[in-house]
Amino acid sequence: MREKRRLLLKGLLGITTMATAMTAMPRLAMAKWSKAFDSSSVDDALNDLYGTTALTTDDTITLKIPEIAENGAVVPVTVKTKMANVTKISIFAEKNPQPLAASFTLPEGTAADVSIRIRLGESQIVKAVVEADGKLYTTEQEVKVTIGGCGG
Amino acid sequence: MKIKAKIRRDMAVVKALAKHPMETGLRKDKKTDKIIPAKFIKELVCKHGDKVVYHADFGRSVSKNPYVAFTFAGAKKGDSIAMTWTDSDEETLTVETVIK
Repeated sequence: MREKRRLLLKGLLGITTMATAMTAMPRLAMAKWSKAFDSSSVDDALNDLYGTTALTTDDTITLKIPEIAENGAVVPVTVKTKMANVTKISIFAEKNPQPLAASFTLPEGTAADVSIRIRLGESQIVKAVVEADGKLYTTEQEVKVTIGGCGG
Repeated sequence: MKIKAKIRRDMAVVKALAKHPMETGLRKDKKTDKIIPAKFIKELVCKHGDKVVYHADFGRSVSKNPYVAFTFAGAKKGDSIAMTWTDSDEETLTVETVIK
């Protein structure tokens, strides 16, 4: 009798933990927030975000990021350009589990000059993509990371 | 969220620091060996009056306590701006500030 009660309790416990695990699962992405943020490769993310992977390299874009980042958990990045009609700027860290770090939508009147701090799991290439007049331009820089920013 | 906004050369320069853990959902709790559930800011929007002047979408690669800076035109000293973030649990926070 006693044993059966234990068993029943155990069973119940199992069910409740399963239920909590399910509610804790990440909710489906909101409509506006692009699924590109869940993509595990740069090309997939580009396709999800812009519908193309065709990028033109343009060195007039300023990508300011340290060449050597001592702490991968906090790496300051600034993307700036003098191009006209910039509508979007996005930042990719190629070797992070999900490469797309941030995407900025810039209405008219807002300068094409954004700064943010990102995490880098290891030494890698960081890419900035600028959308201007419906075309995509890119520039990149290698960053050496001394301590990774994604571990526990 | 701390926001500083100043007029420089006819443009409003905004710097904001949001306090948020930005959990990726990939990290494990060292003591319990369980995965820490994801909780990160997905969207950060700045409004000047009714106009959206800045809209940022974040992924998991954005650092803990995100810091952002941007510049926009069409504002003057004394105007107020409102910044709102929404995270993956759909929690939101709005903070208003006056441009100096």
